Amino acid sequence: MWSYFANPHKFLRLSDWLAPLFYALAAACILYGLWQGLWVVPKDEYQGGDIMRVMFVHVPAAWLAMASYSALAIASFVWFVWRHELADIAAKAIAPLGAVWTALCLATGSIWGKPTWGTWWQWDDARMMSVLFLFFLFLGYMALRAAMDTRQKAARAGAILAMVGAVNIPLIKFSVDLFTSLHQDASVITAEGPKMAAVYLTPLLVSALGHSLLFGGLVMTSMRTEIRERRIARLRAKELEAF
Amino acid sequence: MSPAPILAAFRQSLGEAWAGGAGALLPLGFLGGAAVLVPLGIGSDGETLKAVGPGIIWVALALASLVTLERIFQADAEDGTLDLWLQAGAPVSAVAAAKTLAHWLSAGLPLALFSPLLALMFQAEASPSLLVNAGLYALGSLAFFFWGGVGAALSATVRRGGLLISLIALPLFVPTAIFGALAMSGGPGSTGAPLFLAASTLFACAVAPYAMAAALRLAAD
Amino acid sequence: MSSEARPLLSAIGLGMIRGERVLFRDVGLALRAGEALVLRGANGAGKTTLLRILAGLTRPEAGDVARGAGHHWIGHREGLKPQETPREHLKLWAQAWGSPTDSDPALSRMGLARPADVAGRYLSAGQRRRTALARLLLEDRPVWLLDEPYTALDAEGRALVDALIGEHRARGGAVIAAIHGEAGFAASGDLTL
Repeated sequence: MWSYFANPHKFLRLSDWLAPLFYALAAACILYGLWQGLWVVPKDEYQGGDIMRVMFVHVPAAWLAMASYSALAIASFVWFVWRHELADIAAKAIAPLGAVWTALCLATGSIWGKPTWGTWWQWDDARMMSVLFLFFLFLGYMALRAAMDTRQKAARAGAILAMVGAVNIPLIKFSVDLFTSLHQDASVITAEGPKMAAVYLTPLLVSALGHSLLFGGLVMTSMRTEIRERRIARLRAKELEAF
Repeated sequence: MSPAPILAAFRQSLGEAWAGGAGALLPLGFLGGAAVLVPLGIGSDGETLKAVGPGIIWVALALASLVTLERIFQADAEDGTLDLWLQAGAPVSAVAAAKTLAHWLSAGLPLALFSPLLALMFQAEASPSLLVNAGLYALGSLAFFFWGGVGAALSATVRRGGLLISLIALPLFVPTAIFGALAMSGGPGSTGAPLFLAASTLFACAVAPYAMAAALRLAAD
Repeated sequence: MSSEARPLLSAIGLGMIRGERVLFRDVGLALRAGEALVLRGANGAGKTTLLRILAGLTRPEAGDVARGAGHHWIGHREGLKPQETPREHLKLWAQAWGSPTDSDPALSRMGLARPADVAGRYLSAGQRRRTALARLLLEDRPVWLLDEPYTALDAEGRALVDALIGEHRARGGAVIAAIHGEAGFAASGDLTL
C-alpha cells in the first residue's frame, strides 16, 4: 500500500483533482459552519454570550493542532523506516500549516478567554499550555529543518525531532493536566457520548470537517509545489554537470 | 560488548568539562548571576522571593544545562572526534549517554548541590527540606541534560546552534519543570510529584540516548 | 597470498547524492591483503565521501559495503582535542579500543617524543597529523582508510607514512588512501572518481 502512495507521479495525478475537490467541500462546510455559528444558533450566556461563537473556529483549530502533529509524527516515522521521499515531502508541508492552525487555536482561545475568564492567558489551564508547547514543537521542527544544509539532512533531523516530540507529548500532556483549571472540561466527546446540545454539535462537526478538508487540500498543494521544486533542483544539477 | 569505549568517552568528557581549570565554577557563576538578577527585577519583597525562589532555581538549572551542552557535540563534530567515537565499536547511544552524564556531573550536579545556598538567599527557612530539594534539583537536572543533549546533538553541525537547542529542548523540559515545581510547592498534588519527577527523568535517560545516537550519526554523515 | 582470498573490504554499486548533485555512481572495489588502493579525483569529486562510506560513517544513496576486517580511520580532521596532549590522546584511544596502553613506541616512531606532553592547541598542523597517524600503531587492524595522509607533513613525515604503509602491507594489511599528487608507495591500483 505504501509503495502506491510513495510514488510522486501517482500522487501528482491523484492530487490534481483531489485537492480542488477538498477546497470546494471545505468552502461549503466552513461557510455553513460560520453561517450557523454566527447567525443561527442561540448564544450561550454561561459561555460569555456572543463571544462563544468563536467556538466554531476555535474547536476545529484545536482539533487540527493535534491532528496535524500526529500526521507530522506519522509521516516522519514512515520516512525514517521506509525512506519514501513523499513522506518527507508530506512532513515538510504539514509543519508550517500545523503551526498556523495551532496559532489560530491559541489566538481564538485567548480572545474567548478574555471576556469569559477575564484574562487573555490562563497559565494554569492545561489545554492552553499543551497547545502552546505543541506550537513550540512545530517551531523547533521548522527551525531545525531550515538550519540543515541539504534536503536529506533536513529530512533526517526533522524526523528524529518529530518522533522525540511525539513520544514526549503524552508526558507533557499528563504533567500539564496536573494543574487545576478554570477551563471547562472536555465536552464534545466524553465517555458517555457527546453531551453538547445538538444545535451546537452539528455545525461544530461540519466546521471541523471543513477545516480538515482545507488543511488536507493545502497540504496537497504544498506537496505538489515541493515535488516540482525538487525536480527543478535536480534538473539544474544535471545541467550544471553537463557543463 | 566491552565497556571500555564507554568509559573512555566518559573520561574524555570529564576532562573536557574541566579543561581550563574552571570546571563547575563557570556554571555556578552563571546560576548565581541568573538568580541574582531576579530580585533586582522583581523587587526585594521577602514573601514574593520566597514564593518564586524554587521556580527561579529550576529555570536557572534549565538555562545552565543549555549553555553547558551547546558546545559538547559541536566540538566533537568539528575536530573529528565524533568520527572516531562512531567507529569505536560501542553503541553510539551508550557513548552519547556517557558524555551527557559526564557533563551533568561537572555542571548539573554541582548546581543542584549549590541550590540550598541560593534558596536561603531567596528567604527560604533553613531546614532539612532544602537538602531534599537539592536532591530533587539533581534528579530534574539530569532530565534537562538528557533532553538538552538531544537538542545539542541535532544542532551539532549548525552555526549558532545555541538558539536552536533552546527552541528544541524547551517543550521537552516541561514535564520536569512542572513535576519539580509541584514537588516543592507543598500544595495539593505535591505528594506524588517526586515520583513523577523520577519517572520522567528515567524516561529521559531511556529515550534520549537513542535520539542522540541517531542525531550524531546524522551530524557525521 | 591467493587472489581468490576473501577481500578485506569490498563495495559494489556505490552511488552518492549531495543535495541534488550526483557525486558518483556505480563505484565498486575490492581490497585484498597486501593491496594499496589510491583514490584520485578533482576537489569535490567525492573522495572523502567515498572513504566515509567505506568506513561506515556516511550512508550511501545506493550500493553496499562489505567489511571483512577491522579498520583504522584517519580523516582530514585529526580528532585531537585542544586540551589533549599526544600522549593523552593515544592513551585514551588505546583504552577505548581495549588494547595495551603503552603509547611510547608509537610516539617515538612518529617523532612525537618531544611534543608528547604539549596540548593540542599548541601543536603545529604537522604534529597533530602525526598524532593522528600514531593511532595506526596502537592496534593492528587489517584495513587502513587514510584521507590525504600527507597533508601538513614535511618530507620526513611523508617518508614515514610511506614506510608505515609498506610495513603494514608486508604484514598482510591493506590500505585505501585518498591522495592528491604523487603517492610515495607503489599502489596496486588507482580509482579515479
